[in-house]
Amino acid sequence: MSSIVVKVKQKQIAQLIAKGKRLDGRGLKDYREIKIEQGIIERAEGSARVLLGATEVLAGIKIETGEPFPDTPNEGVLTVNAELLPLASPTFEPGPPDENSIELARVVDRGVRESKAIDTEKLCIEPGKKVFVVFIDVYVLNHDGNLVDASTLAAVAALLNTKMSNYEYEDGEVKIKSGYMPLPVKKHPVAVTFAKINDSLVVDPWLEEEQVMDARLTITFDDDGNICAIQKGGSGFFQPSQVLEAAQIAKDKADEIRKQLKW
Amino acid sequence: MSQKHEKLIDKKGLRLDGRKFDELRQIKIEVGILSNADGSAYIEQGKNKILAAVYGPREVHPKHLSLPDRMLLKCRYHMAPFSVQERKSPAPSRREIELSKVIREAVEPAIFLEYYPRTALDVFVEVLQADGSTRCASIVAASLALADAGIPMRDLIVACSAGKAEDTIVMDLMDTEDKQGSADVPVALMPNMNAITLLQMDGILSLEEFEQAVNLALEGCKKIYAMQKEALRAKYVDAKEVEE
Repeated sequence: MSSIVVKVKQKQIAQLIAKGKRLDGRGLKDYREIKIEQGIIERAEGSARVLLGATEVLAGIKIETGEPFPDTPNEGVLTVNAELLPLASPTFEPGPPDENSIELARVVDRGVRESKAIDTEKLCIEPGKKVFVVFIDVYVLNHDGNLVDASTLAAVAALLNTKMSNYEYEDGEVKIKSGYMPLPVKKHPVAVTFAKINDSLVVDPWLEEEQVMDARLTITFDDDGNICAIQKGGSGFFQPSQVLEAAQIAKDKADEIRKQLKW
Repeated sequence: MSQKHEKLIDKKGLRLDGRKFDELRQIKIEVGILSNADGSAYIEQGKNKILAAVYGPREVHPKHLSLPDRMLLKCRYHMAPFSVQERKSPAPSRREIELSKVIREAVEPAIFLEYYPRTALDVFVEVLQADGSTRCASIVAASLALADAGIPMRDLIVACSAGKAEDTIVMDLMDTEDKQGSADVPVALMPNMNAITLLQMDGILSLEEFEQAVNLALEGCKKIYAMQKEALRAKYVDAKEVEE
């Protein structure tokens, strides 16, 4: 049904890209305008809303106590979940998380976890028994493409905004005291996503481009210029040289976007 | 990525199982081993033991999922509860759902889906025993099962991982290297088009290390590709002899 529309659009978009232009007027390596607003949900320990063009993502942080994993008894636990809300797009439906929302959550998780963004050792209350569990819940409010970059940015912005209550630990009980301390955030991973359309790479694809792309590639960088996560998506492929080209571009883009995070 | 229990690479530069940095584990591949499936394959790579089966092209259930211009490709990657040290619940985990998706997207570019509109093709992967880099071994087996089912393809898809153990970039990670090493880069390739169809990474790598890892994984892919073709030939050459 829609495949004819997609083919027509693809031709138009591809012709523009061949001339170094895009439907919305951006250059091939330009991001849409980014807006970050922190601390908008008072009940959450941390929160941030990110606008990437018309894509809108809200991330909320909740912190609870729980048991550590047996193989990391001295470390707090990080959990990332993502919801593609039915109000965000005509193609999203209510129900248990599908493969798209699970992939989104796991790519955000990989960036935050592998970059060691949170100093999880500081979240240990009693080794092997009690630690803090950090829940990052990513809420997609409006889908206009490139959810991975917007969600990673929202997650990190929310972590930077997170305040934990001071506490006392006595006889296996955690008692909340007055006052707050910030969450120990050490690194600021930034995801940069490319779409491959007719053998060209464009940065930060919006929805029209995602609908016609052959494949997608997300590369997440930490503050030191190291790659900490990669995910290829979509049913197309990349030449090895395109992957290395994308990694080079992503490194610079990640530094550029990181400047918009405040800490 | 927790505390290091043992050195992943010894003074001679050898890995825990005695391999060099650019050496694959022992690989055994068999094609066409399940009689009910339209195509099947089995792979052993180190202690990995993985079965793949293909059913289809067949009718789409439920019907509304059928596509007017191409075949619907479905993929399920699943691990047996006894395949790992701690029993794994048989219900699909989030990891398995993600892997099902990326494996599907890794084999999809090779298949001429447009030849069979309104039909479905099911790819089932069962990990009977896991020993690191299971997604790569799964793709190797799945693509052979597809070929065995006679599905028209642009090429076989082959996959291999690379990663970082201690300070060395190594090929084909085994379980301990995957867990204790500092990075894992699985890559899938359609060799005759030089097309990467799966690329993931977790861990920490500099750009230079990443480039090295991709190249090492691609080198591994090319070695496994030869084994894949050999395994496919072995089945059909044997079959011919029986007929005669």
